[in-house]
Amino acid sequence: MNQPASAYFIEDRHDPNETHTLAVLVQNEPGVLARVIGLFSGRGYNIESLTVSETEAQKHLSRITIVTTGTPMVIEQIKHQLDRMIPVYRVVDMTLTKRSIERELAMVKVRGQGEHRVEALRLADAFRARVIDATTESFVFEITGNTDKINQFIDLMRPLGLVEVSRTGVAAIGRGPEGM
Amino acid sequence: MSDKSHDPNQMTGAAMIVRALIDHGVTDIFGYPGGAVLPIYDEIFQQSHIQHILVRHEQGAGHAAEGYARSTGKPGVALVTSGPGATNMVTPLTDALMDSIPLVCISGQVPTHLIGNDAFQECDTVGITRPCTKHNWLVRDVNDLAKVLHEAFYVATSGRPGPVLVDVPKDVQFATGTYHPPRKSDVHRSYAPRLKGDATQIRKAVALLASAKRPVIYSGGGVINSGPEATKLLRELVEVTGFPITSTLMGLGAYPASGKNWLGMLGMHGTYEANMTMHDCDVMLCVGARFDDRITGRVDAFSPGSKKIHIDIDPSSINKNIRVDVPIIGDCGNILGDILQVFKAEAKKPDIKSWWQQIAQWRARNSLYYKKSNDVILPQHAIQSLFEQTRGKDTYITTEVGQHQMWAAQFYGFEEPHRWMTSGGLGTMGYGLPAAVGVQVAHPDSLVIDIAGDASVQMTMQEMSTAVQYELPIKIFILNNQYMGMVRQWQQLLHGNRLSHSYSEALPDFVKLAEAYGAVGLQVHKPADLDGAIKEMISVKRPVLFDCRVAALENCFPMIPSGKAHNEMLLPEQANDEATAKAFAGGKALV
Ligand SMILES: Cc1ncc(C[n+]2csc(CCOP(=O)(O)OP(=O)(O)O)c2C)c(N)n1
Ligand SMILES: [Mg+2]
Repeated sequence: MNQPASAYFIEDRHDPNETHTLAVLVQNEPGVLARVIGLFSGRGYNIESLTVSETEAQKHLSRITIVTTGTPMVIEQIKHQLDRMIPVYRVVDMTLTKRSIERELAMVKVRGQGEHRVEALRLADAFRARVIDATTESFVFEITGNTDKINQFIDLMRPLGLVEVSRTGVAAIGRGPEGM
Repeated sequence: MSDKSHDPNQMTGAAMIVRALIDHGVTDIFGYPGGAVLPIYDEIFQQSHIQHILVRHEQGAGHAAEGYARSTGKPGVALVTSGPGATNMVTPLTDALMDSIPLVCISGQVPTHLIGNDAFQECDTVGITRPCTKHNWLVRDVNDLAKVLHEAFYVATSGRPGPVLVDVPKDVQFATGTYHPPRKSDVHRSYAPRLKGDATQIRKAVALLASAKRPVIYSGGGVINSGPEATKLLRELVEVTGFPITSTLMGLGAYPASGKNWLGMLGMHGTYEANMTMHDCDVMLCVGARFDDRITGRVDAFSPGSKKIHIDIDPSSINKNIRVDVPIIGDCGNILGDILQVFKAEAKKPDIKSWWQQIAQWRARNSLYYKKSNDVILPQHAIQSLFEQTRGKDTYITTEVGQHQMWAAQFYGFEEPHRWMTSGGLGTMGYGLPAAVGVQVAHPDSLVIDIAGDASVQMTMQEMSTAVQYELPIKIFILNNQYMGMVRQWQQLLHGNRLSHSYSEALPDFVKLAEAYGAVGLQVHKPADLDGAIKEMISVKRPVLFDCRVAALENCFPMIPSGKAHNEMLLPEQANDEATAKAFAGGKALV
């Protein structure tokens, strides 16, 4: 989706796409996640990754982290559209702050024997992935890191007998003493 | 127990709903009963503060509430049952969302223990209406009901207004709980629309306005939504600056059509002078409008040489379609007031004489020209005649959707805000008749006219029965061209005149139909009889269906073909086959 939703943008506009990570603080009430997801599908925005969890139980606050792509104009729209939803407190563009840390956790199951098995273990060690389950013919690795690192690890496991992957999606937080 | 039974705030959910409506100053609601709202109807039966208007279809209740809201500035209220009652509300909710109309819809739901069971007349109402409301709620506990209802009114009417829906399961309507009157803490802490404009931005705007050589003010429905003060300030700003002003379809009436700086409506069917002024201006002040595609035409050729100031209460309207230079977020009324204050203190009226001379040349093209006939009534003539005969009267106009709607916008001169109710964003055929019902309920002694098309009017015709029941003397003025004229026009211009399914086959006899409803039917064919018939329509104090037979194949001009720029508009006298073919080349895929 390269352009804002208008009947007049049928020819592609060639503004470059950017990837942004948005942190969205919301009132934790029924339907709030459906609203956010509905906004993205309804207006044709992309979701690359989405994570959500209650972060402050007493205040009923949840934090949604969304990784999305679009032209700068579309990204701007997405933030405004999120911000005007009634249960949304704040939207912070973590990418623009340039001071954020992003992490994702993945569990990666690999099946194999002999050389492949040794190689998988060796690479896991290099990536600081932990073994959290093992049988004589398989491992489950737990790996944490930014999205690129996890993608790279998974790519390396593929020829070694990759069975399946479960990923949390991206969580992000700002550096330094201040909160969002 | 005995204590609580004396507490006047202890009541059932159904009683709370009626009580909350009263506390919010509601005097009229539009609705239709059913199993899941019977407890609420029982409460309505036992009180006399609120008048309930029984419609004939829930869509009618929604549009009537919209008409009521737009003509009063107060929220409209609709009450519907679960399942089909709620799904029938989807069109008016979407319509109200697109046009920023404050609407509070209360829907019944199956009892909480049945939710999710595919119970009789169950549907996921909050799921279905989530994308077509500003916000919605399912209330599972009677003790949350008062808070939610108060919040619903606040959300509907504050910030950028819009429709909200509160879904109330039947057991919650029966349950007893504690009511409280509206209070500040009823509102989401996360919802705080910004009203005041940023002072630095306002100064920048004034500096631009003061230096303008070729300025234009482009105003929209937001000015009307903001209230009478905004309208007053807009008029004052035009006076103080001497700038030309145009408006969107939704904004008609904020500046009077008889005002000397008025350019007429802009956009796809706007006047030549309005669109050329927009195209060639050097400073554009957009107030409460949203650069919709019907307004901008081709975006990359939209007003290429101008600096743009955009006042809007909704930050998501800024830079959505058109990049602007000075965005100011907040309430139009507030910001116009601030701009005026700074302008008066620090700037003087720019000299724009040569700009006005240029505009006069565009005006001289007479882009709304049409050729009158002695044999058939031209639709434009019918609207002009209606306008002349209702001028100075206390008149409200609603419309359906199609050519007649655009002709009404072009030829009916609106002097005041809140007098013009039309479905702009969604373009809902069937809006006008029920909207007229709502307007007439709000203004029982005024003249309320729905300028209708022969096809549109059949979509919600059943509300004639409502009008008759409540003695609402609405006038349905049908420009009967026996076609879905707007569809036919596009087929002629873009699809080789293959008139696929746009002929109004088997039209009912509107006069007999009126009589069947217990209303008055009038029909006119000849231009010579038109004025007399309109007089008669106005003098009848009952609902009227007026079958005005007009030229069948008339097209609505001027027109900017979809995807073309403002300076590529097609004027009526140029619309020969060759020019038309050229103008519309390549635009087929657009809407
Ligand atoms: C509910 C709905 N369905 C379809 C359309 C598409 N549409 C736009 S105008 C039009 C024809 C309207 O015909 P009529 O009411 O006779 O008005 P005219 O254009 O002839 O004045 C149609 C079908 C619409 N706007 N709304
Ligand atoms: Mg028609």
